[in-house]
Amino acid sequence: MSISRLIKGLVAPGAFALSGCNTVLLHPSGAVAAQQGHLIVQSTVLMLIIVIPVIALTVFLAWRYRQSNKDATYTPDWDHSTQLELVIWAAPLLIIIALGALTWISSHTLDPYRPLRRLDAARAVPSGTKPLTIEVVALDWKWLFIYPEQGIAVVNELAAPVDVPINFKITASSVMNSFFVPALAGQVYAMPGMQTQLNAVMNQPGEYEGFSANYSGAGFSGMHFTFRGLSSAGFDQWVRSAKGAGQELGKEGYLELARPSERDPIRRYSGVDASLYDAILNQCVATPCMASMDYSK
Amino acid sequence: MSNLLGRLDWNAIPFHELILLYTFIAVSLGGVAILAAITYYRAWGPLWRDWITSIDHKKIGIMYIILGVVMLLRGFSDALMMRAQQALSFGNSPGYLPPHHYDQVFTAHGVIMIFFVAMPLVTGLMNFVVPLQIGARDVAFPFLNNFSFWMTTFGAGLVMMSLFVGEFARTGWLAYPPLSGIAYSPDVGVDYYIWALQIAGVGTLLSGINLIATIVKMRAPGMTLMKMPVFTWTALCTNVLIVAAFPVLTAVLAMLSLDRYAGTSFFTNELGGNPMMYVNLIWIWGHPEVYILILPAFGVFSEVVATFCGKRLFGYASMVYATVVITILSYLVWLHHFFTMGSGASVNSFFGITTMIISIPTGAKIFNWLFTMYRGRIRFEVPMMWTLGFMITFVIGGMTGVLLAVPPADFALHNSLFLVAHFHNVIIGGVLFGMMAGITYWFPKAFGFKLDPFWGKCSFWFWLVGFWFAFMPLYVLGLMGVTRRLSHFDDPSLRIWFLIAAFGAVLIFLGILSFLIQLYVSFRNRESLRDTTGDPWDGRTLEWSTSSPPPAYNFAFTPVVRDNDTWDDMKKNGYVRPQSGFVPIHMPKNTGAGFVLAALSAVVGFALIWHMWLLACVGFAGLLISIVVHTFNYKRDFHIPAEEVGRVEDIRTRMLVGSHV
Repeated sequence: MSISRLIKGLVAPGAFALSGCNTVLLHPSGAVAAQQGHLIVQSTVLMLIIVIPVIALTVFLAWRYRQSNKDATYTPDWDHSTQLELVIWAAPLLIIIALGALTWISSHTLDPYRPLRRLDAARAVPSGTKPLTIEVVALDWKWLFIYPEQGIAVVNELAAPVDVPINFKITASSVMNSFFVPALAGQVYAMPGMQTQLNAVMNQPGEYEGFSANYSGAGFSGMHFTFRGLSSAGFDQWVRSAKGAGQELGKEGYLELARPSERDPIRRYSGVDASLYDAILNQCVATPCMASMDYSK
Repeated sequence: MSNLLGRLDWNAIPFHELILLYTFIAVSLGGVAILAAITYYRAWGPLWRDWITSIDHKKIGIMYIILGVVMLLRGFSDALMMRAQQALSFGNSPGYLPPHHYDQVFTAHGVIMIFFVAMPLVTGLMNFVVPLQIGARDVAFPFLNNFSFWMTTFGAGLVMMSLFVGEFARTGWLAYPPLSGIAYSPDVGVDYYIWALQIAGVGTLLSGINLIATIVKMRAPGMTLMKMPVFTWTALCTNVLIVAAFPVLTAVLAMLSLDRYAGTSFFTNELGGNPMMYVNLIWIWGHPEVYILILPAFGVFSEVVATFCGKRLFGYASMVYATVVITILSYLVWLHHFFTMGSGASVNSFFGITTMIISIPTGAKIFNWLFTMYRGRIRFEVPMMWTLGFMITFVIGGMTGVLLAVPPADFALHNSLFLVAHFHNVIIGGVLFGMMAGITYWFPKAFGFKLDPFWGKCSFWFWLVGFWFAFMPLYVLGLMGVTRRLSHFDDPSLRIWFLIAAFGAVLIFLGILSFLIQLYVSFRNRESLRDTTGDPWDGRTLEWSTSSPPPAYNFAFTPVVRDNDTWDDMKKNGYVRPQSGFVPIHMPKNTGAGFVLAALSAVVGFALIWHMWLLACVGFAGLLISIVVHTFNYKRDFHIPAEEVGRVEDIRTRMLVGSHV
């Protein structure tokens, strides 16, 4: 594959220039984001097979057939060639067939709703592993994370043990946002009255940036949170520290919390009303919920 | 009193925002100066008779382009403000624009650039060129054309008014609910957005119908569909897209207005409303919209390449089929704007793959232009330079677009600055470069003198280099996970990229400035730049067969077409211009009705924005009465006498003789 080697040679200087800055999408720390990053590179290389010759040909033909070049052939009436036209349509077609196949496969394997099958490129998810469930609520303008299994809730801070699959269930209180931790996995919209899902896993311990990736009003720029990738022990300790926070989050407290505010500090709740998330999802925290509308079950 | 003025009071006038106050003072002084100049030169009468009420497609085309250029200055000021804010607002510094202002700026920038810069430029070029290219004397419905133009202009006027009376939307350019709903945007901003677009949308839709009818019904004898110039083909496809897509925008904005005004729940969080439906509907309009903009630009490049390579366009038929395929496919891709909504893998891949398929005909077009250059004799005039700049820049934007069409890649890149870089890459590198090429190419046809090439080249190089400086850093920032529409950043390591981008914006500013200087210098040197032949570039299509500027009737005799490069064919086969035997020419008559109707529509829109119900009712009644009155206007046409045609043609004969001496 000398062509692909040539392409890689041409891409390398660009990649080198980019390695100087923190291009988190190309060097993430979670398996899903890593596959997405690979896909970005693979697709780009595939397309450069056609883009680079086109750019080179543009410059070459413009120079070769300049008016002042009297040596160049001039055929003012030549305007058709069946063979050339076949090549013209076939070359992009072949690239798109390859890219289309890549798209179909990767869209299914990296479907955010699909439970993970592997922890990273080398390790499958051990059988019987139960993913950690985290319920995500986008508020004006902060994030509420509910851990139903641990019975805790946190504002503007997210933590998870490394190498444990996470199942996020995502909704919003008022307007649309997008839940995005670039180092972990691609984003998914957070929409009021609706639930989306994201399955992901973090592979390296550390602190990562998370934020809303969909404009949601005046406080949008400050809608950040920290994602902590922790060891198993570290995560248990983090849960214990939340448990020791003292305050609990009930429906009244939630309505207070849901009021618009900006750049909120991290808040931890030692307990959380078990029906709160479903009530938020069904837009009935302040009003009685209609059982018939409870489609979350 | 309070009922009469609705929500409008002194608080709506932004005395406290100094930036707006100074802008207002500057705009007012400029406006007063222009009005004074018009009065001083006693230009009110000619302005009204020859331009405002004109139903000549050429003048309307020129007015559309003036509108586009004026609004470009506004839209670009917004861009400079954003680049400055993002370069300044790091760490403890909040920058100079609070979110309340910044969010209006980016919304207005998008709305203005798409609806009131790109659309008027594209529509203006089609209006001016299409009838000339097909050998027609005007468009099919000349009065409607004038009305369409004024609806677009008054729509733009409403957006401009929001700067000084009230505020504009703070929602992003597509105003997604629930954020744009009454619960989260109770102010007038979204109402300005709705009514400006509804009024301008009527203009766009009618202009689309008009140009389709023109192209289908009014081609010169012999011009079969497969002998139409490629620009006319792209205009036909674009107007088909307009007619099919704009009613969707009208409907979705009507539903949003019902939610806001009448308390319905199409897109609210409550009572079964579904904001996802809005996002789907607006993109069912929005994606065809980008092809509405780019197809005529492709048409311009096709004309320019053939002319300046002195060669027939390579692969005319495949160019036409590629255009038609893009037209159809543009309706099957809208969901790629929101893969992250959670539609599921199969739906996402379907829309991803349909999107990629569009790159096949687009790729074929690029190769067709390349093979037109092959064995050509290329003259590097300014329109050709824009075309070459386009080919090199656009393929990068096309590539990143296809990359964004891969759903898992889009999950990472969606809403990032990578996306912002991508669509500026195709809209500046494609649409804007195309419009600049087209304006430079057809300017001598419109005004009778060429644009100054030195300042044209300055403009081109500043735009090209400025574009790369302004948007390549955004690609990098996107890969660093930086999202769009942020007015503040915490991470200082990002700042260098924003500074480079701001530098690029300054270069683009110099590009725009060079263009304005070019207009001035060319006007001053118009005698030495004069085009006496009507064919300054050795053109190939019919518009170059008539004088520059063309007479009101375009062609004294309707040409007969034998080849798709008609004028080239006529020149090679010894065409002799008839100099006698002229007959009276039947022409439509100017009318002020379009201006009056559009002005009343703007009054109704303004009244609805501010809840001035009485004024809205009075304005609407006035609108209906004006329509009825106009239907009783039977003096709609006249004949240019044969002697007058003969006189005009004699002047041209003398000019042609003079130019051959």
